[in-house]
Amino acid sequence: MFIDLLKETLWSLTGNKVRSSLTMLGIVIGIASVIAMVAIGQGAQSSISASIESIGSNLIIVMPGAQRGGGISAGRGSAETLTMDDVNAIATQVPDVKAVAPEVSRRYQITAGGNNTNTQVVGTLPTYLDVRNVQVDLGSFISTQQVQASSKVAVLGPTARDDLFGTDANPVGQSIRVNGVGFTVIGVTVLKGGAGFTNPDDYVYIPITTDQHYLAGNSFVSDISAAATSPDNIAAAQQEVTDLLLNRHKITDPTQADFNILNQADIISTASSVTGTFTALLASIAGISLLVGGIGIMNMMLTTVTERTREIGLRKAVGVRRIYINLQFLAEAVVLTFLGGFIGIILGWLMSMLASHFLSMTTQVSVSSILLAFGVSAAIGIIFGFYPARRAAALSPIEALRYE
Amino acid sequence: MIECRDLVKTYINGDVETNALKGVSFEIKEGEFVAIIGPSGSGKSTLMHIIGALDTPTSGKYILDGHEVSSLNDDELSDIRRTKIGFVFQSFNLLPRTTVMRNVMLPLLYSNTSEKEREQRALESLRYAGMDESKKNNLSNQLSGGQMQRVAIARALINNPAIILADEPTGNLDTKTSHIVMKTFQDLNAKGHTIILITHEEEIANFAERVISIRDGVVESDVVKKL
Repeated sequence: MFIDLLKETLWSLTGNKVRSSLTMLGIVIGIASVIAMVAIGQGAQSSISASIESIGSNLIIVMPGAQRGGGISAGRGSAETLTMDDVNAIATQVPDVKAVAPEVSRRYQITAGGNNTNTQVVGTLPTYLDVRNVQVDLGSFISTQQVQASSKVAVLGPTARDDLFGTDANPVGQSIRVNGVGFTVIGVTVLKGGAGFTNPDDYVYIPITTDQHYLAGNSFVSDISAAATSPDNIAAAQQEVTDLLLNRHKITDPTQADFNILNQADIISTASSVTGTFTALLASIAGISLLVGGIGIMNMMLTTVTERTREIGLRKAVGVRRIYINLQFLAEAVVLTFLGGFIGIILGWLMSMLASHFLSMTTQVSVSSILLAFGVSAAIGIIFGFYPARRAAALSPIEALRYE
Repeated sequence: MIECRDLVKTYINGDVETNALKGVSFEIKEGEFVAIIGPSGSGKSTLMHIIGALDTPTSGKYILDGHEVSSLNDDELSDIRRTKIGFVFQSFNLLPRTTVMRNVMLPLLYSNTSEKEREQRALESLRYAGMDESKKNNLSNQLSGGQMQRVAIARALINNPAIILADEPTGNLDTKTSHIVMKTFQDLNAKGHTIILITHEEEIANFAERVISIRDGVVESDVVKKL
């Protein structure tokens, strides 16, 4: 009997291939689009998180506060309140900070031979490599000796190198001029990709002392990056740095602090809420396609049963019991939805693979999206495949046979 | 074999009551070839539905092959139809896009009959119904009207039913084919099958040995032609 049921189901599905494939198409499209959309959304989220993580690990950034004079604020970051002494104090007195890298940064016109560009020049210490996750591709980074000697040496970001010396050239040993001052190129960093609004690949790194002597002309720093000893210690380190700087700057009221401090976790959570909105948007588009797909399945199933009411009548007239008719239609609906669901999952996965391959988007196929999409279309397919057939099987055979 | 006693069927459609059958009684014995004739609206279709266990009477008794059919439920009616009755419909009612063999074997679905035996019985039935065996793998929609009706007859025969119930079997056929199909019924009758034929055509009814005429829900005449 079970074999009969299987055979009838298969015959019926293969007997009308157009009908079967159209029904399946609705399921396939519904499921594939949900999976692909969610994969793209989640991929975007994780790639943004990854690019934020690439700016450093366990990072705390201290920036100068607003400059105030006579009640007029010049905006946050404009004050020159952070000094090299602050940097040294953080490095030596905060136990939860493992490395500190100050920055003096400003945009300058840079020339090399016949080429020139305008980009960010960052004066810093050798610790910058560690704190900001920078790696050296060619040559070497700034050394402690070069900082102590205020050497006129520069390390180029790969984009700055491309602009000044041509793509993939090796500029080590060549000279460049920054704001009229001559520097020798000693290294090139590894390509990182953009991080938010800044592009570290376009930076030119020089020793902080050199920057202060020859370019900035003072001993203030633009910001201080500090790396906490572990992700769990970020909050503690942030608090310790805040306390230390308040103490050093002789400020008793923390709301009057002349600096701002933020950590990487805050940046990540802000970015995640943005990408979360993006994922929600894609998910709602996917939800709509699931709904449309569902309506497609429903329509197909309903027309199919209407068309097949005469067949149901005939089966009843020749004495097939109602239960077997119900079972057959249920089996047909199950086979269609599962087959369609399977193809849909494969297709959705392929679509996200193609998106990551050709559109260089990061994609992440999630199990929950597969389950949701599959669950919804299977439910629609089975309910609308089975319920009208059940109703038709309950008709008297004469009525079913006469059904137009 | 068949006993109808005071069959009444009343349809209620909103407030309107229609008495399709108003007390019909007759008996049909094994091996008879009976035509039930009547104009449309006479109640002959309703009578056929009751005889075919497709429907139950409002009151009265219907006994088929020793079984009281008038009070059975849906599944029991299905079983009676499968084991006792072979249907031949006016519009053939074959499964579309399906082979001749599968159509003939349809009543054997979900039974404990092996595949081999099913095929054997289907071939036998086809031969019995005068259908060319070489067409057994043709699809139902590739057949002519006469062939389709013979496939339907083969399907009706497969469970070796007590009666063969034919509802206007020639209604969709031309005269020549009609006569061939009616000859097939006569041959089956000669081999001992009980055949009940529902028609509105006098000419078709004349192929039968006994003609029961229905008008306005009652039996008008019951004539046995041959003895």
